[in-house]
Amino acid sequence: MDTSEIIVTLAGLGLIAFVLWYFFFSTRQVVSAVSSSTGVQEVDVTVKGGYSPDVIEVEKGKPVQLHFYRDEEASCSEEILFPDFGIRRELPAYQTTLIELLPQQEGRFEFTCGMGMLRGSLLVK
Amino acid sequence: MNQQDVVCGMMVDAASATHRSHFDTKEYVFCSANCQRKFEADPAQYVHPELVEATGAMAATNRLGQSGTAVALPPVQTPAATALATLDIEGMTCASCASFVEKSLSRTPGVHKALVNYATERATVEYLPGQASPETLKEAVIKAGYGVAAPAAPDTSAADRQAELDEQKAVAYQKLKRRLWVAVALAAVVMVLSMVMLWPALAARINMQGLNYVLLALALPVLLYSGREFYTSAWNAFKHRAANMDTLIAVGTGAAFLYSVAATVAPHFFMQHGLMPEVYYDTTATIIALILVGKVLEQRAKTQTSAAIKSLMSLQAKTARVVHGEQEIDLPIEQVRPGDVVVVRPGEKVATDGVVVLGHSAVDEAMLTGESLPVEKKEGDTVFGATLNKTGSFRFRVTKVGAETMLSQIVKLVEDAQGSRAPIQRLADKVSAIFVPTVVCIAILTFLLWFDLAPEATRFPLALVNFVAVLIIACPCALGLATPTAIMVSTGKGAENGVLIRNAEALEKAHQVTTILLDKTGTITRGEPAVTDFTVAAGHEAGQVLQAVAAVERQSEHPLAEAVVRYAEAQQAPRVSVEGFRAVEGRGATATVGGEQVVIGNQRLLAEAGIELPTELSAKATELLGQAKTVLYVAIGSQGVALIGVADTVRETSAAAIRRLQAMGLEVVMMTGDNPQTAEKIAQQVGIKRYFAEVLPQDKASKVQELQAEGRVVAMVGDGINDAPALAQADIGLAMGGGTDVAMEAAGITLMRSDLQGVVTAIDLSKQTIQTIRQNLFFAFIYNVLGIPIAAGVLYPLLGISLSPMLAAGAMALSSVSVLTNSLRLRSFTGATSQG
Repeated sequence: MDTSEIIVTLAGLGLIAFVLWYFFFSTRQVVSAVSSSTGVQEVDVTVKGGYSPDVIEVEKGKPVQLHFYRDEEASCSEEILFPDFGIRRELPAYQTTLIELLPQQEGRFEFTCGMGMLRGSLLVK
Repeated sequence: MNQQDVVCGMMVDAASATHRSHFDTKEYVFCSANCQRKFEADPAQYVHPELVEATGAMAATNRLGQSGTAVALPPVQTPAATALATLDIEGMTCASCASFVEKSLSRTPGVHKALVNYATERATVEYLPGQASPETLKEAVIKAGYGVAAPAAPDTSAADRQAELDEQKAVAYQKLKRRLWVAVALAAVVMVLSMVMLWPALAARINMQGLNYVLLALALPVLLYSGREFYTSAWNAFKHRAANMDTLIAVGTGAAFLYSVAATVAPHFFMQHGLMPEVYYDTTATIIALILVGKVLEQRAKTQTSAAIKSLMSLQAKTARVVHGEQEIDLPIEQVRPGDVVVVRPGEKVATDGVVVLGHSAVDEAMLTGESLPVEKKEGDTVFGATLNKTGSFRFRVTKVGAETMLSQIVKLVEDAQGSRAPIQRLADKVSAIFVPTVVCIAILTFLLWFDLAPEATRFPLALVNFVAVLIIACPCALGLATPTAIMVSTGKGAENGVLIRNAEALEKAHQVTTILLDKTGTITRGEPAVTDFTVAAGHEAGQVLQAVAAVERQSEHPLAEAVVRYAEAQQAPRVSVEGFRAVEGRGATATVGGEQVVIGNQRLLAEAGIELPTELSAKATELLGQAKTVLYVAIGSQGVALIGVADTVRETSAAAIRRLQAMGLEVVMMTGDNPQTAEKIAQQVGIKRYFAEVLPQDKASKVQELQAEGRVVAMVGDGINDAPALAQADIGLAMGGGTDVAMEAAGITLMRSDLQGVVTAIDLSKQTIQTIRQNLFFAFIYNVLGIPIAAGVLYPLLGISLSPMLAAGAMALSSVSVLTNSLRLRSFTGATSQG
């Protein structure tokens, strides 16, 4: 093994470690929903290559309104799914789409794009 | 003593009235606190006699065109000159409040006509746009002492939302196509120029570095214009610590392009390190062009997956012809309210759900139920929005509007089902979640292995090419599309055939079913009595007797009487008049037809009238009773003349449907509240071998459990009225006949049409869908499982084969399209009836 092979190999392995950490193990942004005077928990979510925030904390038993603003045209994010709530909605580009749901159980409920690649979750407490 | 409420003109019992007020030494009574308040605010206005008279008249005739102003206006108005506004009025407490508002509106300058409906709390105003406006109308209402509710937030219907989305998608599709053509044109040129190197004689004559710059100039627009979305999308995802399909494309093409740029700009650096300064502009441009081809095809196929629900949404009528007093006004459908009366002419669409109040017709309900034959509608029958009126003209009273209509509920149900996740998808979901980062790691490993193992002179280009190939061939889209597209097509297809699937899980469950449990009444049988036997004693003419019987029964509202009338009408018995109809509670009815007394009812009715049956009829009666039929006895002029046997009859389609279910390898079991003899007879008639007789309604669910305990996967089919617990207990519940809300809640599948063919359709659809999903998932998995290692070069040491990134791009473009196309095959599914 010559020097460049060693360098390339180490750099490559380092890169793999970074990819694994970055996508799977790094910590994520958590945002708690704000309850309005009427008791509705509202959260604004921006959709652009992902969901920000992508972990949303809400309280059990109170209606939740999620305002999804899709800030891109990339087709990956054109649909949003809340499989546990039976919701599949198309998100028009550069528009806000309202999704309403009522969490009845505690737990972590994922929401994803149409193909399950972009992910976020609803933490019901 | 009754006294008039001077405010609204209503007559109020002066002795018991609770709302009273004194003015000018006199006591006044009011219908409500509201009228009292109004009076006390300005009593003089109301004690003025002319006004009291006027309001009294208004209260009596709360109709369009009664107010002074409207009459004073020129009688002929061109319709184009006026505009129509509707206002939601607040604060009206009695019918006469409506006339106040109406009067106030009518007095407003520019108002042509005003109509206020107290029941719907809504004013419909026809006005001249130049002279009046919604604002001045609102002021007029406020002046009268009432409020106007803010117009409800523009409640965009599902169809509108869909139309907007479609438009946006069409624009995006056009853009995508433009990007594709730019990529294809430039990539073709780049390819041709790159081939120059294949002719050494030609290559020697031209300046290679100059050519590389030309190629760079040509490839750059492909990346920056055609492929820009891949890079921005990948970057945005990266910022969210997410990776998608675009990440793979961006990294793959990006790496090849950057390497080529370096080789173009600084070829000497490469040569110093013993590397040929090779460029991969052709690879980069071609990959992008091919992936765009895939995207265009995918987009086109995707719009077709939701075609069924779109066509359902488009069925919604846009306007309704509403009856206002003497006139018929075309109103936008959003302004129609429950209680309105709507006119439907032949060939027109029924605007919304309601009950027929006048006229009769045949209505085509195929779009909602899948039933191809038009359904007869007469007074009292329910009609549904979006269905098509065929022959007659009728009026119906609106009962449901907007989201509550049958059509909206069907659309919602289908949408919900399309949003649900099938359990079969779980593995694919888990894989998708980790797919892209994993592939990136595999690609890096591929690079390292090639770099470390290949000969020094070629190690870098080989490592790079295989790295790119791995990234490009991997296709998470195929995995992601495998299940949802099939579910979308099949739930839409189901709705077209009158089979409403609650969710993907129900669809999946239905294909595992081994046993079908049918609740006899309302599924195998019609669930309503019909005449099965009509026997006339010797010496009497059957037609004459039937005609007399029908004449009497037409007057009755008993379900058995209706069955007799239906029978007579089917026999085309002429109508004759009757006199002195009298219903005898719990026994039957009598009337005089053509001067003779006709008695129809049970044996007791005849016995009490002292009428005896001829022996031939008595024998027949015993026989009919033995068959568990209900017997009606007919006497004319105190002589027993005929017997009518009435029973719940088996639908014509039941036996064929049951045969088809059995042919699918399913065991069909029947349960009924009937005695074992009757149950056996029906079971034999339709070809069922196993049945439960004398099942009490509350025991239905436990029968389901009994079958489940035998290790069967049970589908329960019921009409939903008292089957809800059994439907819920079953592995999958199928509710029949449009279903009550309760049944739709409990049932996984709702059959809009009332026959067992729907069960065949549902099971068949489920089987085909699951088969399609399995094919899709298998293909998507196997494609990636084989494709990635081949692209990485596992075959190279053995066979010397390595995959060009361009071929990888072609394969990947085709993979998601194949999955979609396979799902779209479900569109050719046809329901059970259309197959005969």
